[in-house]
Amino acid sequence: MALNRIWVYAEAADGKVSPLTLELLAKARSLAGTVEAVYGGADADAVAGTLGAHGASKVLATGDLGGSLPGVPVASAIAKAVNDGNGPDLVMLGTSYDGRDVAARLSVALDKPVITNNIDIEVDGDSIVVTEPIFGGTKLVKTKFTAAGPHIALFRPKSFVAEEAGGGAAAVESLEVADAGQAKITNRHVEEATGPKLDEAAVVVSGGRGLGESDKYQLIEDLAKLLKAAPGASRAIVDAGWVPYSYQVGQTGKVVKPTVYIAAGISGATQHLVGMKGSKNIIAINKDPEAPIFSVADLGIVGDVHKVLPKLIEALQAR
Amino acid sequence: MPDMHVVVCVKQIPDPAEPGKLEGDNTLDRSGKLILDESDSYGVEMALQLVDKAGGGEVTLVSMAPNNETSGLRTALAMGAAKAILVSDDALSGAGALDTAKVLAAAIKRAEPDLVLAATESSDGYTGTVPEQVAALLGLPSITFAKEIHLEGETVKVQRQTEAGYDEVTCPLPALVSVTAGVVEPRYPSFKGIMAAKSKPVDELKVADLGLDASQVGAAGAGQEIVSVDDAPAREAGEIIEDDGEAFTKIVEFLDGLKVI
Repeated sequence: MALNRIWVYAEAADGKVSPLTLELLAKARSLAGTVEAVYGGADADAVAGTLGAHGASKVLATGDLGGSLPGVPVASAIAKAVNDGNGPDLVMLGTSYDGRDVAARLSVALDKPVITNNIDIEVDGDSIVVTEPIFGGTKLVKTKFTAAGPHIALFRPKSFVAEEAGGGAAAVESLEVADAGQAKITNRHVEEATGPKLDEAAVVVSGGRGLGESDKYQLIEDLAKLLKAAPGASRAIVDAGWVPYSYQVGQTGKVVKPTVYIAAGISGATQHLVGMKGSKNIIAINKDPEAPIFSVADLGIVGDVHKVLPKLIEALQAR
Repeated sequence: MPDMHVVVCVKQIPDPAEPGKLEGDNTLDRSGKLILDESDSYGVEMALQLVDKAGGGEVTLVSMAPNNETSGLRTALAMGAAKAILVSDDALSGAGALDTAKVLAAAIKRAEPDLVLAATESSDGYTGTVPEQVAALLGLPSITFAKEIHLEGETVKVQRQTEAGYDEVTCPLPALVSVTAGVVEPRYPSFKGIMAAKSKPVDELKVADLGLDASQVGAAGAGQEIVSVDDAPAREAGEIIEDDGEAFTKIVEFLDGLKVI
């Protein structure tokens, strides 16, 4: 078998393992007999239960990173294990802020390619083949690793479905950090968020440049509240400063797959489509009948958001 | 404050407004006009502002592109960058992210910068690993996803985006920082800037000039091979209607049918 042992880079915040990590563990389990989690942080014991339940037999933990960004220390620890002959066949990481840093640093440390933006992976005979969507998800590219392992691959959120395997807590072992890194976190700021989380909500209502001005984003907020939905945004209005970055849906930003996605005044640039075209149902409102968003819409309204949204809000309030 | 020498990695890409195409060997078709990746204009602007604030120094662009392409570089030079290093070599066709990083790192080394800026990812390839790989190859500390950058003596202070908000992160110079769109508002090149850009120096290099082995950084050295490119399953065509003033009722019906209201 081409894959015997897979390491999954595990991420957690306040002791809670990220959904992306659990998705990767589920896929890793289907590919290899031994799946282990690599964790950069002091609280490995707090996450070992969840990681074990999702199929990790061990948590290889770096211990306290001393405030360092994880990229350098975690990659150095994995590279050291590989160079000592204790490495895996494949390292799976999520496309997250820290996941990308770790993958990139690891690729240089091992002088191996990293294949990014994947949504799937399979074993084909002796080859490990990953799938990446391009051109806004209209084409799928399959790429195989041709160099010797360990292979490094980054996966987009929501590529796989997280599932418990029913195991007990994973055993915690230490992984030695070879380079502590010089970039240090001195302070953390958490933006207040109310209502459902963008990447977990069953309904998402997003607004774009077609709203015309930042005040009109209130229409999106109002509609979202009525539908118990999370409000989202296109990159254009995030860059314009109308809403914070945490609202952004797209290639850069959140990947969402809600039951219903409502795109209002969003033309549907590739950047945006990649982040939402996996939604089960898509409603688009845009005044340009040629807008690419209509190519993925189940219900498309060619019209002015300033007319359609207020009426829709009024109708929902009346129910 | 001492002079600041800033290198900005810039990519010249096919116009994102045009539909993308692949060549017969599955590399991206870059034969048409290439333009400055808009994501890179933020790094260029940030660099210009940091040099301004330091009261001295200059901004050098580093780019890798086929066919000695300079049109995107001229845009960034017109914004105010002083000069550019362009690596253009047929041997680089099919280069992966790590190979690209090796080429950029070798070129950046020549400029001996205090700070290297890059976008978080390009708008055509989206790999998003090159800046961090460049930092690793140069042995520099790095901070990715900056939404604010301040220099204080020999230290760079960055607000780095996170899932929940942002972290304040610091590291010593020299360093690499990748910037998000929104870190600054890029200026439009002035007419004077556009004219001046025509005569600014662009140092055109081959892979061999950088002391790299061409067989190690092109498709042959990529360590990966495309197996297939297929159309993704298309979504079934939906119902598109013109708003006659009552289209909102269609949305209500649709939501009703899905039992979300």
